[in-house]
Amino acid sequence: MSEAPKLFKVTIDNITIDVEPGTTILNAARRIGGEVTPPAMCYYSKLEGSGGKCRTCLVEVAAGSTADPRPMPKLVASCRTTVMDGMVVKNITSDKVLDARNGVVEFLLINHPLDCPICDQAGECHLQDLSYEHGKEGTRFEFKRRTFEKEDIGPYIQLHMTRCILCYRCTYVADQLTDHRVHGILDRGDHAEISTYISKAIDNDFSGNMIDVCPVGALTDKTFRFKNRVWFTKPVNAHRDCPTCCGKVTLWQRGDEVLRVTARKDEWGEVMSYPRPDGSGNQTGWICNTCRFDKKNTSDWVIEGLSNINRHSVISQGKYPGLVTPKETITEVMGGRDPKLLMDIHDVSGVNDPEVDLSKVAGAATSKTFEKKEQ
Amino acid sequence: MGRKLLLDKAHVEGIRSFEVYRREGGYRSVEKALKTMSPDQVTEEVKKSGLRGRGGAGFPTGMKWGFLAKPEGVPRYLVVNADESEPGTFKDRYLMEFIPHLLIEGIITSSYALGSKCSYIYIRGEYAWIVGILEQAIAEAKNNGFLGKNILGSGFDCEIYIQRGAGAYICGEETALLESLEGKRGNPRIKPPFPAVKGLWNCPTVVNNVETIAAVVPIINDGGEEYAKIGIGKSTGTKLISACGNIKKQGVYEIEMNISVEEFIFSDEYCGGIANGRQLKACIPGGSSVPILPANLLLKTAKGESRMMTYEGLADGGFQTGSMMGSGGFIVMDDRQCVVRHTYTLARFYRHESCGQCSPCREGTGWMEKILLNLETGKGKMSDIDLLWDIQRRIEGNTICPLGDAAAWPVAAAIRHFRDEFEWHVTNPDDAQRRNYGLANYGAAMSAG
Repeated sequence: MSEAPKLFKVTIDNITIDVEPGTTILNAARRIGGEVTPPAMCYYSKLEGSGGKCRTCLVEVAAGSTADPRPMPKLVASCRTTVMDGMVVKNITSDKVLDARNGVVEFLLINHPLDCPICDQAGECHLQDLSYEHGKEGTRFEFKRRTFEKEDIGPYIQLHMTRCILCYRCTYVADQLTDHRVHGILDRGDHAEISTYISKAIDNDFSGNMIDVCPVGALTDKTFRFKNRVWFTKPVNAHRDCPTCCGKVTLWQRGDEVLRVTARKDEWGEVMSYPRPDGSGNQTGWICNTCRFDKKNTSDWVIEGLSNINRHSVISQGKYPGLVTPKETITEVMGGRDPKLLMDIHDVSGVNDPEVDLSKVAGAATSKTFEKKEQ
Repeated sequence: MGRKLLLDKAHVEGIRSFEVYRREGGYRSVEKALKTMSPDQVTEEVKKSGLRGRGGAGFPTGMKWGFLAKPEGVPRYLVVNADESEPGTFKDRYLMEFIPHLLIEGIITSSYALGSKCSYIYIRGEYAWIVGILEQAIAEAKNNGFLGKNILGSGFDCEIYIQRGAGAYICGEETALLESLEGKRGNPRIKPPFPAVKGLWNCPTVVNNVETIAAVVPIINDGGEEYAKIGIGKSTGTKLISACGNIKKQGVYEIEMNISVEEFIFSDEYCGGIANGRQLKACIPGGSSVPILPANLLLKTAKGESRMMTYEGLADGGFQTGSMMGSGGFIVMDDRQCVVRHTYTLARFYRHESCGQCSPCREGTGWMEKILLNLETGKGKMSDIDLLWDIQRRIEGNTICPLGDAAAWPVAAAIRHFRDEFEWHVTNPDDAQRRNYGLANYGAAMSAG
């Protein structure tokens, strides 16, 4: 019998956990879960080489290891830094980290269109969550935002580059799931853009997974575009016997209608893994385009039951535990009366003076109509 | 007259050709190293010399070579970083253009020390004509048995290949350079692993600046200890400084690292003083990425001592009152120069050259540029200055590669030392367009020379 590998002790925000050597700080923190886990916009555990780019997962390493307890001089990207034995990490207990993260969120948002009201991703957008948790209420950016033309990549996917935060996840999908290198970054700096070379359609059975990995609404499902808001839909786990993929999906239904099909996601918003049929480890549950775009009837699927959405969606219950809603003060203001109609408010405020007969006013009533004339 | 180790023979007639270079004592270091020394002895000499990287960071070269992993059966590579794109720096160009064989000789000797059978020169795309010069030099060296199989009968094989960049500043960052060399998009890699462990094609790699590799030649010829005698403290040997701006004699100077900044600017041997009888206002002593210094802090440190042209001397006082040696791009500004405009120009450069990989640098550089343009054209607000400070603070140290820092430092230093000039741009928007702020407080200390 082989000896069990030595585990590394790592302390994150005063919580100690034992992890295997080679684990990243982020994954160790995910093991603990909760608030201790740094947010990650670009890291995707199922995509090799991802991470390190968005800088939202920066943490402070207060002690490098037992052998060398010096702190690391800079904040490090927790998704790409592996733990050492005896490492002490500060995430939400470090003001430096929170300040840097606040800065990163501001940087990510200055060129983001903030068009959530018309964005299909709204409600399950990681950037929304991130800015809710770590962002500022206002912006200090007073310039024109960067915009791009919308672009169709293939018949099913639309690329809306204006919303993109350049996390590179979709390029890793294109690299690692599809046969050819079809999808990448053009240009550099703040004018860099995700594109196929050049504006070509992506024609691959697994290209739809780009939509699932996109943390924002830059890559959207054209079969679902503007059909509905996610919070009106009901996620249901289902499967089918698919010859190309694992066939395990989440159906997003409204009534009996299947509006959208996605891969099943875990609590970090990543596509789930399942044990391989032959029992050799896990495989990621990417789904094929046939399952995603063509099977839109309940009869195509074997329904398993409601799916558990525990993060990254407004449809999940208790999304923001401990959230205190503002006290309703209108009754107080109204002197104990509970207004049923908007007109009732005007009644009391004196703006809508009952003495004025609105039918006798020419045109629309304005504030001038209600001005009290000096007697 | 300072001793010259690199550019000593640079102006000998026909030095570009192998015959002349050889006649002038060239390729002695290759003979000495390959015939009488082991690779480890060569590395040891470099360690003894105290040579520090000439590309900007000033990391001890011998130590860097010592870090190179040497697993069995895996090739090792030496990559020479000739992607000299830092605004204000043009020393490597001069060296490669005038005395190309010195670089080739340095590469062969260094490759021997590192065990690299295949070495690369990654040259800036804009240096198109230098590629021809270097290729000529490589061909000549090969014809004369200094490159190729079994060099000088020692059994050591070495080839040198030249790769042209495509005009991206970011490819001067060592890991971005390696990505580019591999034929990929020039995005910096996330470290660790460092190139010494996993570099080019995942093999151990050393990336060194042109000047660093060239400096190996005199180190091997004269011995590391002899080289270490030049200079002060940990700043040993000679350094090429490319001086430009409002000075009488712009150009590349080889200095021994024991002279003061004042001597460098005002002596006739070097820059020859400020041009057109103007006064010194400020200087960026190490290429565009390092903090700018006003005249008073440039010539004297905060302690009142004379500032020396050494790694430690220029860095004296940290970023509060000091700067950095950087890559030796010495940009001098006289009293007519506008610091705000200058800072805007740099911000524009960094915005254009950011690779766009990590968010603080991608978005922050563009934001800083826009604010600086507003300030420069008299449309700025007082709060913009604080905002600018806040932005640079949040870029610095939070990015993958040093480009973020390099974009943040000049802005930070400009605000730190020239805040009144920024404020003047806000309060006098019309004047800001028409004329310059002038000397104000910075020239007062500048009467010497």
